[in-house]
Amino acid sequence: MEIFKHQSLFRVWLRTITILPFIMLLTLPIAAQEEDSKDVNAVTIESRANDQQQSNSAPIASKSPDSGNTAWMLTATALVLFMTLPGLALFYGGLVQSKNVLSVLMHCFTIACLSSIIWVACGYSLALTEGSEWIGGTERVFLNGLTADSLNNDFPESVWIIFQMTFAIITPGLIVGAFVERIKFSAMMIFSGLWLLVVYVPTCYWVWGGGWLAKAGVIDFAGGIVVHATAGASALTIAAMLGRRQGFPKNLRPPHSPGLVMIGAAMLWVGWFGFNAGSAAAADGSAGMAMLVTHISAATASLVWMFVEWKQTGKPGLVGIVTGMVAGLATITPASGNVGPMGAVIIGATAGIVCYFACGIIKEKLNIDDSLDVAAVHGVGGVLGTLMVAFLGVEGTLGGQGINLDSAGDQFIIQAKGCLAAITLSVVATYVIVKITSALTGGIRVSEEEETKGLDQASHGENGYSIQ
Amino acid sequence: MKLIKAIIKPFKLEDVKDALSEIGIEGMTVIETKGFGRQKGHTEIYRGSEYTIDFLPKVMIEIAVSDEMIDKVIDTIVTSAKTGKIGDGKVFVQPLEQAIRIRTGEQADEAL
Repeated sequence: MEIFKHQSLFRVWLRTITILPFIMLLTLPIAAQEEDSKDVNAVTIESRANDQQQSNSAPIASKSPDSGNTAWMLTATALVLFMTLPGLALFYGGLVQSKNVLSVLMHCFTIACLSSIIWVACGYSLALTEGSEWIGGTERVFLNGLTADSLNNDFPESVWIIFQMTFAIITPGLIVGAFVERIKFSAMMIFSGLWLLVVYVPTCYWVWGGGWLAKAGVIDFAGGIVVHATAGASALTIAAMLGRRQGFPKNLRPPHSPGLVMIGAAMLWVGWFGFNAGSAAAADGSAGMAMLVTHISAATASLVWMFVEWKQTGKPGLVGIVTGMVAGLATITPASGNVGPMGAVIIGATAGIVCYFACGIIKEKLNIDDSLDVAAVHGVGGVLGTLMVAFLGVEGTLGGQGINLDSAGDQFIIQAKGCLAAITLSVVATYVIVKITSALTGGIRVSEEEETKGLDQASHGENGYSIQ
Repeated sequence: MKLIKAIIKPFKLEDVKDALSEIGIEGMTVIETKGFGRQKGHTEIYRGSEYTIDFLPKVMIEIAVSDEMIDKVIDTIVTSAKTGKIGDGKVFVQPLEQAIRIRTGEQADEAL
Protein backbone atom coordinates (compact mmCIF):
# COMPACT_ATOMS: atom_id res chain seq x y z
CA MET A 1 0.00 0.00 0.00
CA GLU A 2 2.74 2.40 1.03
CA ILE A 3 4.87 1.43 -1.93
CA PHE A 4 1.93 1.91 -4.21
CA LYS A 5 1.39 5.38 -2.82
CA HIS A 6 5.00 6.30 -3.45
CA GLN A 7 4.86 4.99 -6.97
CA SER A 8 1.81 7.02 -7.83
CA LEU A 9 3.41 10.11 -6.32
CA PHE A 10 6.46 9.47 -8.45
CA ARG A 11 4.32 9.21 -11.56
CA VAL A 12 2.72 12.52 -10.73
CA TRP A 13 6.13 14.07 -10.40
CA LEU A 14 7.29 12.66 -13.63
CA ARG A 15 4.28 14.15 -15.37
CA THR A 16 4.83 17.49 -13.72
CA ILE A 17 8.42 17.64 -14.74
CA THR A 18 7.55 16.79 -18.30
CA ILE A 19 4.72 19.28 -18.55
CA LEU A 20 6.56 22.36 -17.26
CA PRO A 21 9.05 22.75 -20.13
CA PHE A 22 6.19 22.04 -22.50
CA ILE A 23 4.29 25.01 -21.23
CA MET A 24 7.40 27.13 -21.39
CA LEU A 25 7.86 26.10 -25.01
CA LEU A 26 4.29 27.05 -25.78
CA THR A 27 4.93 30.59 -24.68
CA LEU A 28 8.17 30.94 -26.61
CA PRO A 29 6.78 31.46 -30.14
CA ILE A 30 4.46 34.18 -28.92
CA ALA A 31 7.31 35.96 -27.32
CA ALA A 32 9.62 35.44 -30.22
CA GLN A 33 7.28 37.21 -32.64
CA GLU A 34 8.59 40.53 -31.45
CA GLU A 35 12.23 40.27 -32.38
CA ASP A 36 14.16 42.76 -30.39
CA SER A 37 17.26 44.60 -31.31
CA LYS A 38 18.25 46.03 -28.01
CA ASP A 39 21.45 45.75 -26.06
CA VAL A 40 21.08 42.88 -23.65
CA ASN A 41 23.52 44.30 -21.16
CA ALA A 42 21.93 47.66 -20.76
CA VAL A 43 18.29 46.84 -20.57
CA THR A 44 16.07 49.58 -19.41
CA ILE A 45 12.80 48.05 -18.61
CA GLU A 46 9.76 50.18 -18.70
CA SER A 47 9.24 50.67 -15.03
CA ARG A 48 5.86 50.31 -13.45
CA ALA A 49 2.63 51.98 -14.27
CA ASN A 50 3.27 55.07 -12.24
CA ASP A 51 6.38 56.00 -14.14
CA GLN A 52 4.53 55.57 -17.36
CA GLN A 53 1.66 57.57 -16.02
CA GLN A 54 3.39 60.39 -14.35
CA SER A 55 6.55 60.41 -16.40
CA ASN A 56 8.01 62.41 -13.54
CA SER A 57 11.31 60.66 -13.88
CA ALA A 58 12.43 59.57 -17.29
CA PRO A 59 14.24 56.21 -17.26
CA ILE A 60 17.89 56.91 -16.79
CA ALA A 61 20.33 54.66 -18.55
CA SER A 62 23.25 55.63 -16.41
CA LYS A 63 26.27 53.38 -16.12
CA SER A 64 26.64 53.23 -12.36
CA PRO A 65 23.79 52.44 -10.00
CA ASP A 66 22.33 55.02 -7.63
CA SER A 67 23.37 53.77 -4.22
CA GLY A 68 20.38 55.26 -2.39
CA ASN A 69 17.84 53.65 -4.68
CA THR A 70 19.75 50.39 -4.66
CA ALA A 71 19.88 50.31 -0.88
CA TRP A 72 16.16 50.92 -0.57
CA MET A 73 15.23 48.31 -3.17
CA LEU A 74 17.41 45.72 -1.41
CA THR A 75 15.63 46.53 1.85
CA ALA A 76 12.19 46.50 0.28
CA THR A 77 12.91 43.08 -1.23
CA ALA A 78 13.66 41.62 2.19
CA LEU A 79 10.48 43.20 3.57
CA VAL A 80 8.30 41.69 0.87
CA LEU A 81 9.79 38.21 1.33
CA PHE A 82 9.10 38.62 5.04
CA MET A 83 5.43 39.10 4.16
CA THR A 84 5.22 35.50 2.95
CA LEU A 85 7.86 33.91 5.17
CA PRO A 86 6.67 33.88 7.84
CA GLY A 87 3.96 36.61 7.79
CA LEU A 88 1.34 35.14 5.47
CA ALA A 89 2.19 31.59 6.60
CA LEU A 90 1.47 32.43 10.25
CA PHE A 91 -1.58 34.52 9.39
CA TYR A 92 -3.10 31.62 7.46
CA GLY A 93 -1.71 28.99 9.83
CA GLY A 94 -3.53 30.45 12.82
CA LEU A 95 -6.83 30.57 10.96
CA VAL A 96 -7.07 26.82 10.31
CA GLN A 97 -7.66 23.92 12.69
CA SER A 98 -4.71 22.77 14.76
CA LYS A 99 -4.51 19.51 12.77
CA ASN A 100 -3.79 21.46 9.57
CA VAL A 101 -1.46 24.21 10.76
CA LEU A 102 1.72 22.63 9.43
CA SER A 103 0.21 21.92 6.03
CA VAL A 104 -0.51 25.64 5.63
CA LEU A 105 3.00 26.63 6.68
CA MET A 106 4.28 23.97 4.30
CA HIS A 107 2.18 25.31 1.41
CA CYS A 108 3.51 28.85 1.87
CA PHE A 109 7.11 27.73 2.23
CA THR A 110 6.97 25.37 -0.75
CA ILE A 111 5.34 28.00 -2.95
CA ALA A 112 8.10 30.45 -2.00
CA CYS A 113 10.75 28.00 -3.19
CA LEU A 114 8.88 26.84 -6.28
CA SER A 115 7.97 30.34 -7.45
CA SER A 116 11.57 31.47 -7.06
CA ILE A 117 12.83 28.74 -9.36
CA ILE A 118 10.10 29.34 -11.96
CA TRP A 119 10.76 33.08 -11.80
CA VAL A 120 14.44 32.54 -12.53
CA ALA A 121 13.78 29.93 -15.22
CA CYS A 122 11.42 31.99 -17.34
CA GLY A 123 8.96 33.96 -15.19
CA TYR A 124 11.01 37.13 -14.99
CA SER A 125 11.89 37.20 -18.64
CA LEU A 126 8.31 36.61 -19.77
CA ALA A 127 6.86 39.07 -17.25
CA LEU A 128 9.24 42.00 -17.30
CA THR A 129 11.43 42.11 -20.37
CA GLU A 130 10.44 43.70 -23.63
CA GLY A 131 8.13 41.59 -25.76
CA SER A 132 4.83 41.74 -27.60
CA GLU A 133 1.50 43.17 -26.48
CA TRP A 134 0.72 40.00 -24.56
CA ILE A 135 3.88 38.47 -23.21
CA GLY A 136 7.46 39.50 -22.50
CA GLY A 137 10.60 38.41 -24.28
CA THR A 138 12.83 35.41 -23.78
CA GLU A 139 16.20 37.14 -23.56
CA ARG A 140 16.45 36.62 -19.80
CA VAL A 141 15.29 32.99 -19.74
CA PHE A 142 17.38 31.35 -17.01
CA LEU A 143 18.61 34.90 -16.40
CA ASN A 144 20.77 34.57 -19.46
CA GLY A 145 23.19 37.47 -19.86
CA LEU A 146 22.59 38.96 -16.43
CA THR A 147 25.70 40.38 -14.83
CA ALA A 148 26.41 42.35 -11.67
CA ASP A 149 26.59 45.45 -13.88
CA SER A 150 23.20 44.99 -15.56
CA LEU A 151 20.94 47.87 -14.67
CA ASN A 152 17.23 48.44 -14.39
CA ASN A 153 16.92 52.22 -14.60
CA ASP A 154 19.44 53.30 -11.98
CA PHE A 155 19.71 50.25 -9.77
CA PRO A 156 21.00 46.73 -10.47
CA GLU A 157 18.76 44.50 -12.53
CA SER A 158 19.56 41.68 -10.11
CA VAL A 159 17.77 43.64 -7.39
CA TRP A 160 14.80 44.27 -9.67
CA ILE A 161 14.61 40.55 -10.47
CA ILE A 162 14.54 39.46 -6.85
CA PHE A 163 12.28 42.32 -5.77
CA GLN A 164 9.75 41.23 -8.38
CA MET A 165 10.38 37.60 -7.42
CA THR A 166 9.03 38.26 -3.94
CA PHE A 167 5.78 39.45 -5.56
CA ALA A 168 5.67 36.27 -7.64
CA ILE A 169 6.08 34.36 -4.36
CA ILE A 170 3.33 35.99 -2.37
CA THR A 171 0.67 36.05 -5.10
CA PRO A 172 0.21 32.27 -5.43
CA GLY A 173 0.78 32.18 -1.67
CA LEU A 174 -2.37 34.24 -1.17
CA ILE A 175 -4.45 31.61 -2.98
CA VAL A 176 -3.48 29.04 -0.32
CA GLY A 177 -6.27 30.53 1.81
CA ALA A 178 -8.86 29.18 -0.62
CA PHE A 179 -7.88 25.51 -0.55
CA VAL A 180 -6.54 24.92 2.96
CA GLU A 181 -7.47 21.83 4.98
CA ARG A 182 -8.46 19.67 2.00
CA ILE A 183 -6.09 19.87 -1.00
CA LYS A 184 -3.52 17.24 -1.93
CA PHE A 185 0.01 18.51 -1.49
CA SER A 186 1.04 17.34 -4.98
CA ALA A 187 -1.99 19.11 -6.48
CA MET A 188 -1.11 22.27 -4.58
CA MET A 189 2.38 22.28 -6.10
CA ILE A 190 1.28 21.62 -9.66
CA PHE A 191 -1.52 24.16 -9.43
CA SER A 192 0.66 26.88 -7.96
CA GLY A 193 3.47 26.38 -10.47
CA LEU A 194 1.17 26.40 -13.48
CA TRP A 195 -0.83 29.31 -12.08
CA LEU A 196 2.28 31.44 -11.74
CA LEU A 197 3.16 30.83 -15.39
CA VAL A 198 -0.28 31.07 -16.90
CA VAL A 199 -1.94 33.79 -14.82
CA TYR A 200 0.60 35.81 -12.87
CA VAL A 201 3.32 36.15 -15.49
CA PRO A 202 1.06 37.42 -18.31
CA THR A 203 -0.87 39.78 -16.04
CA CYS A 204 2.37 41.12 -14.63
CA TYR A 205 3.59 41.76 -18.17
CA TRP A 206 0.34 43.41 -19.26
CA VAL A 207 0.42 45.87 -16.37
CA TRP A 208 4.07 46.31 -15.39
CA GLY A 209 6.10 44.84 -18.23
CA GLY A 210 4.89 47.19 -20.96
CA GLY A 211 2.02 45.05 -22.27
CA TRP A 212 -1.34 46.17 -23.59
CA LEU A 213 -2.75 47.40 -20.28
CA ALA A 214 0.35 49.45 -19.53
CA LYS A 215 0.07 50.99 -22.99
CA ALA A 216 -3.59 51.75 -22.31
CA GLY A 217 -2.43 53.69 -19.24
CA VAL A 218 -3.75 51.49 -16.43
CA ILE A 219 -2.65 52.50 -12.94
CA ASP A 220 -1.62 49.69 -10.62
CA PHE A 221 1.12 50.99 -8.41
CA ALA A 222 1.91 47.88 -6.40
CA GLY A 223 -0.43 45.14 -7.50
CA GLY A 224 -4.16 45.66 -7.03
CA ILE A 225 -4.70 44.00 -10.40
CA VAL A 226 -1.52 41.96 -10.77
CA VAL A 227 -1.51 40.53 -7.25
CA HIS A 228 -4.82 40.91 -5.45
CA ALA A 229 -7.43 40.72 -8.23
CA THR A 230 -5.75 37.70 -9.83
CA ALA A 231 -5.29 35.89 -6.50
CA GLY A 232 -8.84 36.70 -5.37
CA ALA A 233 -10.58 35.60 -8.57
CA SER A 234 -8.49 32.45 -8.80
CA ALA A 235 -9.11 31.67 -5.13
CA LEU A 236 -12.85 31.83 -5.65
CA THR A 237 -12.61 29.60 -8.72
CA ILE A 238 -10.49 26.89 -7.15
CA ALA A 239 -12.54 26.97 -3.93
CA ALA A 240 -15.73 26.41 -5.91
CA MET A 241 -14.15 23.56 -7.89
CA LEU A 242 -12.54 21.91 -4.87
CA GLY A 243 -15.74 21.87 -2.85
CA ARG A 244 -16.47 22.81 0.73
CA ARG A 245 -14.64 21.54 3.78
CA GLN A 246 -16.32 18.89 5.94
CA GLY A 247 -18.84 20.60 8.17
CA PHE A 248 -19.06 23.84 6.16
CA PRO A 249 -20.69 26.12 7.12
CA LYS A 250 -22.44 25.11 10.32
CA ASN A 251 -20.12 22.61 11.96
CA LEU A 252 -16.72 24.08 11.23
CA ARG A 253 -14.02 24.46 13.85
CA PRO A 254 -12.98 28.05 14.55
CA PRO A 255 -9.45 29.41 13.95
CA HIS A 256 -7.15 27.43 16.23
CA SER A 257 -4.83 30.30 17.14
CA PRO A 258 -6.02 33.89 16.79
CA GLY A 259 -2.76 34.98 18.43
CA LEU A 260 -0.77 33.47 15.58
CA VAL A 261 -3.12 35.20 13.13
CA MET A 262 -2.32 38.55 14.71
CA ILE A 263 1.44 37.92 14.69
CA GLY A 264 1.34 36.99 11.01
CA ALA A 265 -0.88 39.94 10.17
CA ALA A 266 1.44 42.35 11.95
CA MET A 267 4.35 41.02 9.89
CA LEU A 268 2.29 41.54 6.75
CA TRP A 269 1.72 45.15 7.74
CA VAL A 270 5.43 45.82 8.17
CA GLY A 271 6.30 43.89 5.02
CA TRP A 272 3.72 45.85 3.06
CA PHE A 273 5.90 48.95 3.45
CA GLY A 274 8.38 47.19 1.19
CA PHE A 275 5.60 46.04 -1.11
CA ASN A 276 4.07 49.46 -1.73
CA ALA A 277 6.91 51.88 -1.07
CA GLY A 278 9.31 49.55 -2.88
CA SER A 279 7.04 49.73 -5.91
CA ALA A 280 8.20 53.30 -6.42
CA ALA A 281 11.39 51.58 -7.59
CA ALA A 282 13.35 54.43 -6.03
CA ALA A 283 14.10 55.97 -2.65
CA ASP A 284 12.16 59.14 -3.30
CA GLY A 285 9.10 61.16 -2.38
CA SER A 286 6.81 58.76 -4.16
CA ALA A 287 8.10 55.92 -1.96
CA GLY A 288 7.69 58.01 1.17
CA MET A 289 4.13 58.97 0.32
CA ALA A 290 3.32 55.37 -0.61
CA MET A 291 4.50 54.21 2.80
CA LEU A 292 2.46 56.88 4.57
CA VAL A 293 -0.79 56.23 2.72
CA THR A 294 -0.31 52.48 3.12
CA HIS A 295 -0.10 52.86 6.86
CA ILE A 296 -3.07 55.22 7.07
CA SER A 297 -5.27 52.92 5.04
CA ALA A 298 -4.33 49.89 7.16
CA ALA A 299 -5.08 51.69 10.41
CA THR A 300 -8.39 53.09 9.15
CA ALA A 301 -9.60 49.80 7.70
CA SER A 302 -8.69 47.94 10.92
CA LEU A 303 -10.75 50.30 13.04
CA VAL A 304 -13.67 50.44 10.63
CA TRP A 305 -13.81 46.64 10.36
CA MET A 306 -13.66 46.39 14.14
CA PHE A 307 -16.53 48.83 14.61
CA VAL A 308 -18.66 47.14 11.94
CA GLU A 309 -18.08 43.77 13.60
CA TRP A 310 -18.79 45.23 17.02
CA LYS A 311 -22.10 46.58 15.74
CA GLN A 312 -23.02 43.41 13.83
CA THR A 313 -22.00 40.72 16.32
CA GLY A 314 -21.83 42.54 19.62
CA LYS A 315 -18.10 42.10 20.15
CA PRO A 316 -14.91 43.52 18.60
CA GLY A 317 -12.67 40.58 17.71
CA LEU A 318 -8.92 40.26 17.18
CA VAL A 319 -9.27 38.15 14.04
CA GLY A 320 -11.66 40.82 12.76
CA ILE A 321 -9.45 43.83 13.33
CA VAL A 322 -6.43 42.18 11.71
CA THR A 323 -8.51 41.05 8.75
CA GLY A 324 -9.60 44.67 8.37
CA MET A 325 -5.92 45.57 8.28
CA VAL A 326 -5.26 43.16 5.41
CA ALA A 327 -8.29 44.55 3.55
CA GLY A 328 -7.01 48.11 4.01
CA LEU A 329 -3.56 47.16 2.77
CA ALA A 330 -4.82 45.22 -0.25
CA THR A 331 -7.11 48.10 -1.22
CA ILE A 332 -4.51 50.86 -0.98
CA THR A 333 -1.97 48.77 -2.92
CA PRO A 334 -2.92 49.84 -6.48
CA ALA A 335 -3.56 53.41 -5.33
CA SER A 336 -0.55 53.98 -3.09
CA GLY A 337 1.35 55.93 -5.74
CA ASN A 338 -1.44 58.38 -6.46
CA VAL A 339 -3.62 59.10 -3.45
CA GLY A 340 -2.93 61.53 -0.65
CA PRO A 341 -3.22 60.88 3.09
CA MET A 342 -6.92 61.80 3.26
CA GLY A 343 -7.62 59.75 0.15
CA ALA A 344 -6.05 56.86 2.06
CA VAL A 345 -8.52 57.36 4.91
CA ILE A 346 -11.40 57.08 2.44
CA ILE A 347 -9.88 53.99 0.83
CA GLY A 348 -9.29 52.36 4.21
CA ALA A 349 -12.80 53.09 5.45
CA THR A 350 -14.38 51.77 2.26
CA ALA A 351 -12.22 48.64 2.42
CA GLY A 352 -13.24 47.94 6.02
CA ILE A 353 -16.93 48.07 5.24
CA VAL A 354 -17.04 46.49 1.77
CA CYS A 355 -14.65 43.61 2.50
CA TYR A 356 -16.45 42.79 5.76
CA PHE A 357 -19.74 42.29 3.99
CA ALA A 358 -18.05 40.55 1.05
CA CYS A 359 -16.96 37.77 3.44
CA GLY A 360 -20.58 37.10 4.35
CA ILE A 361 -21.79 37.26 0.77
CA ILE A 362 -19.25 34.76 -0.55
CA LYS A 363 -19.59 32.27 2.31
CA GLU A 364 -23.29 32.55 3.09
CA LYS A 365 -24.96 33.72 -0.13
CA LEU A 366 -22.72 32.11 -2.76
CA ASN A 367 -22.04 29.22 -0.38
CA ILE A 368 -18.45 28.92 -1.62
CA ASP A 369 -15.91 27.81 0.97
CA ASP A 370 -13.18 30.27 0.11
CA SER A 371 -11.87 29.20 3.48
CA LEU A 372 -9.75 32.14 4.57
CA ASP A 373 -11.66 34.79 2.58
CA VAL A 374 -9.04 35.41 -0.12
CA ALA A 375 -11.60 36.65 -2.64
CA ALA A 376 -13.49 38.82 -0.16
CA VAL A 377 -10.42 40.49 1.28
CA HIS A 378 -7.81 40.47 -1.48
CA GLY A 379 -9.95 40.18 -4.61
CA VAL A 380 -12.61 42.68 -3.60
CA GLY A 381 -10.04 44.96 -1.94
CA GLY A 382 -7.70 44.93 -4.93
CA VAL A 383 -10.47 45.75 -7.40
CA LEU A 384 -11.93 48.39 -5.10
CA GLY A 385 -8.61 50.22 -4.81
CA THR A 386 -7.93 49.90 -8.52
CA LEU A 387 -11.26 51.58 -9.31
CA MET A 388 -11.11 54.21 -6.54
CA VAL A 389 -7.71 55.51 -7.61
CA ALA A 390 -9.29 56.90 -10.78
CA PHE A 391 -11.02 59.51 -8.60
CA LEU A 392 -8.86 59.78 -5.48
CA GLY A 393 -5.76 60.12 -7.65
CA VAL A 394 -7.09 63.27 -9.35
CA GLU A 395 -4.71 66.21 -8.91
CA GLY A 396 -5.77 68.35 -5.99
CA THR A 397 -8.40 65.93 -4.68
CA LEU A 398 -7.48 65.17 -1.08
CA GLY A 399 -3.81 65.23 -2.00
CA GLY A 400 -4.20 63.05 -5.08
CA GLN A 401 -1.69 63.22 -7.90
CA GLY A 402 -1.10 61.92 -11.39
CA ILE A 403 -4.59 62.12 -12.91
CA ASN A 404 -6.20 65.15 -14.54
CA LEU A 405 -9.73 65.97 -13.55
CA ASP A 406 -10.89 65.77 -17.20
CA SER A 407 -9.52 62.28 -17.65
CA ALA A 408 -10.83 60.72 -14.41
CA GLY A 409 -13.80 59.13 -16.20
CA ASP A 410 -11.59 57.68 -18.93
CA GLN A 411 -9.14 56.49 -16.32
CA PHE A 412 -11.96 54.72 -14.51
CA ILE A 413 -12.88 52.88 -17.70
CA ILE A 414 -9.27 51.81 -18.21
CA GLN A 415 -9.05 50.67 -14.59
CA ALA A 416 -12.24 48.65 -14.91
CA LYS A 417 -10.98 47.13 -18.15
CA GLY A 418 -7.78 46.12 -16.41
CA CYS A 419 -9.65 44.44 -13.57
CA LEU A 420 -12.00 42.69 -15.95
CA ALA A 421 -9.15 41.38 -18.09
CA ALA A 422 -7.22 40.08 -15.08
CA ILE A 423 -10.30 38.48 -13.54
CA THR A 424 -11.31 36.84 -16.82
CA LEU A 425 -7.85 35.38 -17.35
CA SER A 426 -7.73 34.26 -13.70
CA VAL A 427 -11.07 32.48 -13.75
CA VAL A 428 -10.64 30.78 -17.13
CA ALA A 429 -7.01 29.80 -16.60
CA THR A 430 -7.63 28.59 -13.04
CA TYR A 431 -10.48 26.44 -14.30
CA VAL A 432 -8.24 24.85 -16.92
CA ILE A 433 -5.29 24.45 -14.55
CA VAL A 434 -7.45 22.78 -11.91
CA LYS A 435 -8.77 20.38 -14.55
CA ILE A 436 -5.23 19.54 -15.69
CA THR A 437 -3.99 19.20 -12.11
CA SER A 438 -6.93 17.01 -11.25
CA ALA A 439 -6.18 14.71 -14.19
CA LEU A 440 -2.53 14.47 -13.16
CA THR A 441 -3.17 13.76 -9.50
CA GLY A 442 -6.36 11.73 -9.69
CA GLY A 443 -8.45 14.46 -8.10
CA ILE A 444 -7.01 17.44 -6.27
CA ARG A 445 -8.76 16.71 -2.99
CA VAL A 446 -7.60 14.38 -0.24
CA SER A 447 -9.83 11.48 0.86
CA GLU A 448 -12.49 12.05 3.51
CA GLU A 449 -10.47 9.98 5.91
CA GLU A 450 -7.36 12.10 5.40
CA GLU A 451 -9.36 15.29 5.77
CA THR A 452 -10.73 14.08 9.09
CA LYS A 453 -7.29 13.06 10.26
CA GLY A 454 -5.86 16.42 9.30
CA LEU A 455 -3.32 17.21 6.60
CA ASP A 456 -0.42 17.55 9.04
CA GLN A 457 -0.42 13.85 9.71
CA ALA A 458 -2.10 12.60 6.56
CA SER A 459 0.08 14.50 4.06
CA HIS A 460 3.24 15.37 5.96
CA GLY A 461 3.52 12.82 8.78
CA GLU A 462 4.08 15.61 11.26
CA ASN A 463 2.16 17.11 14.13
CA GLY A 464 1.76 20.80 14.91
CA TYR A 465 1.22 20.44 18.61
CA SER A 466 2.12 17.41 20.67
CA ILE A 467 2.45 16.67 24.35
CA GLN A 468 6.04 15.73 25.03
CA MET B 1 -9.46 4.47 49.48
CA LYS B 2 -11.31 6.57 46.99
CA LEU B 3 -10.42 8.25 43.72
CA ILE B 4 -11.89 11.71 43.33
CA LYS B 5 -12.37 13.14 39.87
CA ALA B 6 -13.38 16.77 40.12
CA ILE B 7 -14.23 18.73 36.98
CA ILE B 8 -13.93 22.44 37.60
CA LYS B 9 -13.66 25.77 35.83
CA PRO B 10 -10.04 26.25 34.70
CA PHE B 11 -9.61 29.60 36.45
CA LYS B 12 -10.59 27.98 39.77
CA LEU B 13 -7.67 25.54 39.69
CA GLU B 14 -5.32 27.66 41.80
CA ASP B 15 -7.97 28.25 44.49
CA VAL B 16 -8.80 24.55 44.68
CA LYS B 17 -5.13 23.54 44.82
CA ASP B 18 -4.40 26.03 47.63
CA ALA B 19 -7.44 24.94 49.65
CA LEU B 20 -6.49 21.26 49.29
CA SER B 21 -2.90 21.95 50.31
CA GLU B 22 -4.19 23.60 53.47
CA ILE B 23 -6.04 20.48 54.56
CA GLY B 24 -3.00 18.34 53.93
CA ILE B 25 -3.46 16.93 50.46
CA GLU B 26 0.03 16.30 49.13
CA GLY B 27 -0.54 15.35 45.52
CA MET B 28 -2.91 15.61 42.62
CA THR B 29 -3.07 15.09 38.89
CA VAL B 30 -4.43 17.89 36.72
CA ILE B 31 -5.85 17.22 33.29
CA GLU B 32 -6.92 19.89 30.82
CA THR B 33 -10.06 18.57 29.25
CA LYS B 34 -13.25 19.49 27.43
CA GLY B 35 -16.88 18.63 27.91
CA PHE B 36 -20.38 19.89 28.43
CA GLY B 37 -23.13 19.61 31.00
CA ARG B 38 -26.11 21.84 31.60
CA GLN B 39 -24.03 24.85 30.66
CA LYS B 40 -23.91 23.47 27.08
CA GLY B 41 -21.44 25.04 24.68
CA HIS B 42 -21.17 28.57 23.35
CA THR B 43 -20.72 30.38 20.06
CA GLU B 44 -17.68 32.20 18.77
CA ILE B 45 -17.74 34.66 15.88
CA TYR B 46 -14.86 35.14 13.47
CA ARG B 47 -15.13 37.47 10.48
CA GLY B 48 -18.89 37.52 10.93
CA SER B 49 -19.27 33.72 10.78
CA GLU B 50 -20.64 31.92 13.83
CA TYR B 51 -18.93 28.81 15.14
CA THR B 52 -20.70 26.58 17.65
CA ILE B 53 -18.40 25.27 20.33
CA ASP B 54 -20.05 22.22 21.95
CA PHE B 55 -17.27 21.34 24.34
CA LEU B 56 -16.01 23.87 26.81
CA PRO B 57 -12.53 23.79 28.27
CA LYS B 58 -12.48 22.43 31.82
CA VAL B 59 -9.89 21.14 34.24
CA MET B 60 -10.14 17.73 35.86
CA ILE B 61 -8.34 17.07 39.13
CA GLU B 62 -7.70 13.50 40.16
CA ILE B 63 -6.88 12.82 43.80
CA ALA B 64 -6.54 9.49 45.58
CA VAL B 65 -7.55 9.86 49.24
CA SER B 66 -7.94 7.66 52.30
CA ASP B 67 -11.48 6.88 53.48
CA GLU B 68 -11.27 9.14 56.53
CA MET B 69 -10.23 12.16 54.45
CA ILE B 70 -12.88 11.79 51.78
CA ASP B 71 -15.63 14.05 53.15
CA LYS B 72 -13.23 16.81 54.05
CA VAL B 73 -11.67 16.75 50.57
CA ILE B 74 -15.04 16.83 48.82
CA ASP B 75 -16.19 19.75 50.98
CA THR B 76 -13.01 21.65 50.27
CA ILE B 77 -13.28 21.16 46.52
CA VAL B 78 -16.96 22.13 46.41
CA THR B 79 -16.37 25.26 48.49
CA SER B 80 -13.27 26.44 46.70
CA ALA B 81 -14.48 25.73 43.15
CA LYS B 82 -17.88 27.31 43.55
CA THR B 83 -18.84 30.51 41.75
CA GLY B 84 -22.60 29.91 41.94
CA LYS B 85 -22.91 30.25 38.17
CA ILE B 86 -23.80 27.52 35.71
CA GLY B 87 -20.79 25.46 34.61
CA ASP B 88 -19.06 25.16 38.00
CA GLY B 89 -18.51 21.44 37.39
CA LYS B 90 -18.94 18.17 39.24
CA VAL B 91 -17.17 15.91 41.69
CA PHE B 92 -17.15 12.16 41.06
CA VAL B 93 -16.02 9.63 43.66
CA GLN B 94 -14.94 6.10 42.77
CA PRO B 95 -13.71 3.24 44.92
CA LEU B 96 -9.97 2.74 44.57
CA GLU B 97 -8.63 -0.79 44.85
CA GLN B 98 -4.97 -0.27 45.25
CA ALA B 99 -2.24 2.38 45.27
CA ILE B 100 1.51 1.79 45.06
CA ARG B 101 4.33 4.28 45.44
CA ILE B 102 6.78 3.29 42.72
CA ARG B 103 9.95 4.45 44.48
CA THR B 104 9.46 2.51 47.72
CA GLY B 105 6.88 -0.09 46.89
CA GLU B 106 4.63 1.17 49.74
CA GLN B 107 1.02 0.22 49.26
CA ALA B 108 -2.54 1.44 50.03
CA ASP B 109 -2.86 4.42 52.45
CA GLU B 110 0.92 4.41 52.93
CA ALA B 111 1.33 5.22 49.28
CA LEU B 112 -1.01 8.23 49.28
